[in-house]
Amino acid sequence: MSQTTTYSSSELLTINAARLLRDGDVVFVGVGLPNLACNLARRTHAPNLLMIYEAGVIGAQPARLPLSIGDPTLVSGALAVCSMYDIFAFYLQRGNVDVGFLGGAQIDRFGNINATVIGSYEHPKVRLPGSGGSMEISAWANRCYILTPHQKRRFPEKVDFRTSAGFLNDRTERDAAHLRGEGPQAIVTDLGILEPDENGELVLAALHPGATVEQARANTGWPLRAAEEIRFTEAPTEQELHILRSELDPDGIYLKE
Amino acid sequence: MSKIVPLSEAIRRYVNNGDTIYAAGFTHLIPFAAGHEMIRQGCRDLVLARATPDLIYDQMVAAGCARKVIFSYMGNPGVGSLRFVRAETEAGKLEWEEYSHFGMISRLQAGATGLPFMPMNPTAAGDLERANSHYRTVTDPYSGREVVVVPALNPDVAIVHVQRADAEGNAHIWGIIGEQKEAAFAASRVILTAEEIVSEEIIRSDPNRTLIPGFIVDAVCHVPYCAHPSYTQGFYDRDNAFYLEWDEISKTPQGVQSYLDEWVFGVKDRVEYWEKLGPAVHERLKVGIRPSAVVNYGRY
Repeated sequence: MSQTTTYSSSELLTINAARLLRDGDVVFVGVGLPNLACNLARRTHAPNLLMIYEAGVIGAQPARLPLSIGDPTLVSGALAVCSMYDIFAFYLQRGNVDVGFLGGAQIDRFGNINATVIGSYEHPKVRLPGSGGSMEISAWANRCYILTPHQKRRFPEKVDFRTSAGFLNDRTERDAAHLRGEGPQAIVTDLGILEPDENGELVLAALHPGATVEQARANTGWPLRAAEEIRFTEAPTEQELHILRSELDPDGIYLKE
Repeated sequence: MSKIVPLSEAIRRYVNNGDTIYAAGFTHLIPFAAGHEMIRQGCRDLVLARATPDLIYDQMVAAGCARKVIFSYMGNPGVGSLRFVRAETEAGKLEWEEYSHFGMISRLQAGATGLPFMPMNPTAAGDLERANSHYRTVTDPYSGREVVVVPALNPDVAIVHVQRADAEGNAHIWGIIGEQKEAAFAASRVILTAEEIVSEEIIRSDPNRTLIPGFIVDAVCHVPYCAHPSYTQGFYDRDNAFYLEWDEISKTPQGVQSYLDEWVFGVKDRVEYWEKLGPAVHERLKVGIRPSAVVNYGRY
């Protein structure tokens, strides 16, 4: 494959996440790559994207790259600021959020996420930070996207702990739970994009330039199926990379690797 | 009636060993000076509740103040792991009770509004609900569907830092207002720390900005820079460098002990702490001016 431009895995994830966002989306956003993806989308195809932060900030226009979810730069110039109860109740639970971004240590075959413990809950081998907002985001945002490196240990057949619901054991089980959100719609990795099939099982739907089905299978903990008509993502464009590097993360805090 | 007392006096008077403490603030306005004062006074067996334990509880756990944490996100925001709380829970030395952010904040909302519990829509992520028996389900009497409920949280003491308050504790807050109001109304006793003590006239000039009314406040403490390394909107910036540094400091018990010896036990109060940080840090955390437009309340 000929490649005129080089880019990091983080840049690849961020750019592909940005392309999933639609103009006018209300996005419940975290710091790091999701924040960069939203700002990239705003500067390209989705100028009317509205960013909501779980710290209670609506319509933030950060003048610098926020390190934490509660950075003061999110507040100055924002449209509104509200309490934590209000952001989860009025905005998320009420159904005003189109897109949520999620992350976790493990994502399983049906898109369930573990951000809580590796091992048993009472005697964890590794204690992770826990839910934060993700338990409700995965249930109530219309669409959820997950950004993660494609590694076998991150994609087990079943997660050790279900911090947030994907399709549970299959799509009918999520449907029966009457959650307002549609669940995870895309898992963007550094190899490609996984999407749920009609049963809610994650299948390989797209490959990034240079990546192969075999590579994706070798790095997935269940027998990963490929979609019948697999798509190939367009390589990051000069414009996308330029915006990320010169405007959004000039010091390479998030995008170096 | 003035409720102004030194912070050390307020902690002595209102915090007892074994109390449940809610030191409020979602990233913003975290009352670190109060945490340090509880460490200096040797508080023990506390139940430390916060959505994000943050460095303030990591330090208090490391100093041996706590027997339990109640939380919904146990990380160093923007950095990674909260090493001490994590190690102690992994080792089974610290009890914990865990929620999602919405579960945690719903507990406080119930406590603040005098309700026994708060309902939430189901999320279908049942593992935490199974692990924590405080999560229950009840039938919505109107639709017949199940809703998830969490019990009211009523801390013994809420500690809330604000930009400005009058001597009675009527307090103005702006910026991220996470759960200061909820914590104050939910708690039995309220310790308020403020960057500035102002006249009642200033408070009355902008009543919509008063999140906490003085009559629920027990002590008012004038503590400039109380929130460092967290921040106070419009006063000083978040010390992100320190949040990164803590990740290094907290890698070993010795690192934490020497930090506590130098920065908590080695200073008398926040004034000394701030001076010790030095002019380079002061300069780095300075913020520029960006005032709101004036609103007209009108004369009637």
